[in-house]
Amino acid sequence: MRRGRFTGYWLMAPAALWLALFFVIPFYSLLATSLFDPEGSVLTGYDVDYRFANFVDALDQFWEPLFRSLWYAAVATAICLVLGYVLAYAIAFKGGRWRNFLLVLVIAPFFTSFLVRTLSWKLILADDGFVVDTLQFLHLLGEDGRLLATPVAVIAGLVYNFLPFMVLPLYASLEKIDTRLVEAASDLYASPTRGFLKVTLPLSKPGVVAGTLLTFIPAAGDYINASLLGSPNQRMVGNVIQNLFTSTGDYATAGALSVILMAIIVAMVMVYIRTAGTEELV
Amino acid sequence: MTGLQRAGRWIGDHLVMAAGLLVLVYMFVPIAVVMLMSFNDNSKSRNVYAFRDFTWSNWAHPCRPDGMCDAVVRSIEIGLLATLVATLLGTLAAFALVRHDFVGRSVANTVIFLPMASPEIVMGSSLLALFVAGGFGGQLGFVTIFIAHVMFCLSFVIVTVKARLSGLDGNLEQAAMDLYASEWTTFWRVTFPLVFPGIAAAALLSFSLSFDDFIITNLNAGQTVTFPMFVWGVAQRGIPMQVNVVGTVMFLISLFLVLTNMLVTRKKAAV
Repeated sequence: MRRGRFTGYWLMAPAALWLALFFVIPFYSLLATSLFDPEGSVLTGYDVDYRFANFVDALDQFWEPLFRSLWYAAVATAICLVLGYVLAYAIAFKGGRWRNFLLVLVIAPFFTSFLVRTLSWKLILADDGFVVDTLQFLHLLGEDGRLLATPVAVIAGLVYNFLPFMVLPLYASLEKIDTRLVEAASDLYASPTRGFLKVTLPLSKPGVVAGTLLTFIPAAGDYINASLLGSPNQRMVGNVIQNLFTSTGDYATAGALSVILMAIIVAMVMVYIRTAGTEELV
Repeated sequence: MTGLQRAGRWIGDHLVMAAGLLVLVYMFVPIAVVMLMSFNDNSKSRNVYAFRDFTWSNWAHPCRPDGMCDAVVRSIEIGLLATLVATLLGTLAAFALVRHDFVGRSVANTVIFLPMASPEIVMGSSLLALFVAGGFGGQLGFVTIFIAHVMFCLSFVIVTVKARLSGLDGNLEQAAMDLYASEWTTFWRVTFPLVFPGIAAAALLSFSLSFDDFIITNLNAGQTVTFPMFVWGVAQRGIPMQVNVVGTVMFLISLFLVLTNMLVTRKKAAV
């Protein structure tokens, strides 16, 4: 537009190069790793012998944590959608001049360390803690029932940690809605509920799609919540991949599992976007 | 509108706000717990994670746990360096994407979103695969962590600065040029000050992302220990309460910076 024809290229080049080298090309390395001969080791090096059997082995051994990850992430995303919608709606339509301040509060949990925050859930859900005692008093939880080391604790942690990722895109699309449209619906004798279902909700769809994706994807790959709040029975696919890479040193299987996780997520995202029918996602 | 309807509407209106505030409270409970636990004396029972006695000693001696302050310093070093590089490269790229036309612009716009939409475990293991394939498997440490952090911060910087830049009123720059300001002067006296809050927000975001990252860092750190890795390490053995002091301090500093940035921006907008 202005200055030389090449200014755009020069400005873009450093970031583009960085992302190409350390984001795009690594995917190729990962794919190569997943086809390694599993007999090698980090020290002696690996041979790429197009061993697609790695994928079969990985699925055969670890289908359970893989499936569990997707399931926990889906449940956590659904809960986040409900909680996040309420909060985003309240800020967008009832926040008034406090909107920006409330938004800062939404991202404020990010300011303490992820791990320290998750550890504090360990205290909140502890066996003789307030929450467990109350639930036991209400007989919602058995005498020696507990929350830690159960799926409930892991999902609660996931919901908590990824809720801001749901609220921000929801807020962004709710805030754009022209309130006159909702008023028009009410002028035409729509009840508030009907007005919400027929006007507000459809108009906020881009936010719903973006929010669910931004919550589901990191939740499916997370293993911090499963490790700190769960037991080995709640092991997620991230735990397995991390262990295979750092402890066992089985790069081939770890690589294959990573590729499978990414492929499933990409496939789900594409189907989801197609059925949800939004182009203005980004 | 009848009285009953009015009452119904009033409850409806305030119910939404109340429910929203309740969600917000839920988001703050763990932070309150972190702050509370920073005053906890657990010297008698290291293995039990519960509030025992009140003490100032964690705040008076934050560096008592072995290696914690080293880890914090390392995280700050990496965070500052990664923030500097990511903010610089990201701001340049944001200018390119908003202000200039070039071949591959739409591809670049898409690629920028991918790191935000990929699971960290996959990005982390891909980078590790690259480093090992490149023969750097034995030299994982400060440099590889830095590379990884710049990589995942870049997208967030570009998106944040882009948002600020595309909301900018082009007439102001036009006016400066009409008043015989050179392109250079216009940039530094008009454009840059207007974009600066966006750049500052991007830098803050980068630093907190970098300081906080565990999954990608853990895969590419080798023997280097950052603060989140320190917490991870002690989580299995018994957590020193000083960890909560770091959490509280981080929280207060970031909140202060974000609110300052917000107020300064608002004041400028009012003038």
